[in-house]
Amino acid sequence: MTCLTASRRLFVGALGAFCALGLSTGVARADVEIRFFYPIAVNGPLTKIIDGYAQEFEASHPGIKVKPIYTGDYVQTVAKALTAVKGGDAPECAIMLAADLYTLTDEDVVVPIEDLATTPEDKAWLNGFYPAYLENARVNGKIVAAPFQRSTPVLYWNKAAFKAAGLDPDKAPANWAEMMDFAKKLTKKDASGNVSQWGIQIPTNGNGAWLWTGLTTANDVKLINAEGNKTFFNDPKAVEALDYLVGLSTAGVQPKGLTDWGATPKDFLEGKIAMMWHTTGSLTNVRSNAKFPFGVGFLPAKAHWGAPTGGGNFYIFKGLSPEKQKATFEFVKFMTTPERAADWSIKTGYVAPSPAAWETKAMKDYVAEVPQAAVARDQLQYAVSEVTAHDNQRVTKALNDAIGAAMTGSKTPKAALDDAQKEADRILKDYR
Amino acid sequence: MHGRFTTLHAWLLALPAMVLLVLFTHYPIVVTLFDSFMSTPKKHRPSHFVGLDNYAAMAGDPVFWKALTNNLIYAGATIPISIALALLMALIVNGRIPGRPLMRMAFFTPTVLPMVAVANIWLFFFNPNYGAIDQLLQLVGLTAPNFLGQQQTALWCVIVVAIWKEAGFFMIFYLAALQTIPPDLVEAAAIEGAGRWQILRRVVLPLLMPTTLFVLINAVINAFRTVDHIFVLTGGGPDNATNVLLYQIYLVGFSFWDQGYAAALTMVLLAGLGAAALLQFFFLDRRVHYR
Repeated sequence: MTCLTASRRLFVGALGAFCALGLSTGVARADVEIRFFYPIAVNGPLTKIIDGYAQEFEASHPGIKVKPIYTGDYVQTVAKALTAVKGGDAPECAIMLAADLYTLTDEDVVVPIEDLATTPEDKAWLNGFYPAYLENARVNGKIVAAPFQRSTPVLYWNKAAFKAAGLDPDKAPANWAEMMDFAKKLTKKDASGNVSQWGIQIPTNGNGAWLWTGLTTANDVKLINAEGNKTFFNDPKAVEALDYLVGLSTAGVQPKGLTDWGATPKDFLEGKIAMMWHTTGSLTNVRSNAKFPFGVGFLPAKAHWGAPTGGGNFYIFKGLSPEKQKATFEFVKFMTTPERAADWSIKTGYVAPSPAAWETKAMKDYVAEVPQAAVARDQLQYAVSEVTAHDNQRVTKALNDAIGAAMTGSKTPKAALDDAQKEADRILKDYR
Repeated sequence: MHGRFTTLHAWLLALPAMVLLVLFTHYPIVVTLFDSFMSTPKKHRPSHFVGLDNYAAMAGDPVFWKALTNNLIYAGATIPISIALALLMALIVNGRIPGRPLMRMAFFTPTVLPMVAVANIWLFFFNPNYGAIDQLLQLVGLTAPNFLGQQQTALWCVIVVAIWKEAGFFMIFYLAALQTIPPDLVEAAAIEGAGRWQILRRVVLPLLMPTTLFVLINAVINAFRTVDHIFVLTGGGPDNATNVLLYQIYLVGFSFWDQGYAAALTMVLLAGLGAAALLQFFFLDRRVHYR
């Protein structure tokens, strides 16, 4: 009997706790609350910076509360956001991959930001972003997302290693042939043939497809159409680009097999690789930790210069009350004002997404101090959007698998890309 | 009257656990089974019945077969090796040796570390340029291969990390079991003239069998459940060389958002684990107890 009363008491207690929980969530209804999911993809104490922006916004917008929620990396963030939407508890806005554009519009979970930009000032704000960044923010001609932390890969080189190898330390390789040539000169072997310094590293475990797009773009081939439903992975020029990437390893100037995206900046900082391809988002990390002078340059050209854009955009979710939607739109505008974009760019290394941000005093001072920061901006005019397909994660995985297979020698570049194209055709046939 | 009250009482006591089990285990399984026969809902095409289409797609999906093969290799290597190592470590730290607490702690440390932290540590062990293994090899004039970046070695690296992580955990169970073995049994065997090896084989190991069964069940479950380190170490690559079933389910479910196919994959994993559990409980369980 005592047992029974004890469990009954427990039950009542639990009930009480549930009620209390319900009450506490009911209290904070006076303010409009914006929950904002954001990923972190580069090094640094970024959570603090984001929290600071949120506080600034709250101070200047009474009645609106912003709750930034760190949600892991990009893939986890879109997973969490979509799960929340399916569970009926969507956040108000999130920073998600620009390349997940079609995934989000196919799931029909986001509101095109252009629909919310009604005043002339709003429209001017929206059209103030770099065209290269808006390229994969549009669906059917309408801007869906606002560029925020956008990036593009650049070539980092170790000037000390260049000097030691008898190369001009201030000159990056201008084209593919030169990069191969420089890399050969920069590769150092000890007496027993072990490599102590590699010429180049283009990481392929993580973001491999993205970096490889830097090669294909320079070789004058587009990997996907603007509608995101037809890929050209096995175009002869694309095959040539993968041949070149694999060739760097077979020539012995790049480590064999896949190299890790996350470990590559460290490999570079440790002096184990003389040149690396990595995101501009790593600039701050490299700048604060490099014990040697380094340069930042364009990705080398083939037919012409070329690079992909990458990174994340602001998306606003569907189904918000008009009041919440307006508050969220204000917040997104606030986060992308030139001053804030400049500040975020300086603190992270991302490429500020609008020309106006580059005109701010803070940014001009920064560029005067760190001229490398402007390289990515100047490269933008040659940049195309990264592979942005319907069912994007799946299509990108097919491409990454192909690059992995070619780099590890289990398939030839041609066979690997043929397979990737076949898989992409299978996935995308429903979207044509 | 009294009997009926006892029954009611028993059911009431079991109720909270039953409610939770039904809510979070049985109900989701039924829903998943149902989903596996349905198509994935799309914007203009709601979910509809497709029969065995998802299973047929699976049979024709080379990535599924690759993941299944990898998972079987992974299980086949991690289960026996981690159990054997656990037993060996337990026997070592059960004996009277100097520095025993320190050794127990050393063996157990990997268990208390979060898997993602462990994987990050190993990421730098495996680094071909300045990793710990590379530096050791350099002492004898060799350089490490690109462990995680080539298909021949990547899966084995993932297996090594899993064993390193798990053996210490299983050791604890063996250690506890070893200490419950009455010393007089061992002494009696010694008086009968049994050597150390004979005592181990004829006395200790049989008495440890229930523990071995328990550890085995856990090891089997873990072999299909532990994928955290794969996210950090390889992301399933190169070209699916380290992709396993659960990782593939995650990709299909939460990266590709293909609910129907993910549900079908989940049912296959569930069926496999269910069969393993049945085998263990109804077949092995009858044989492990020392009579």
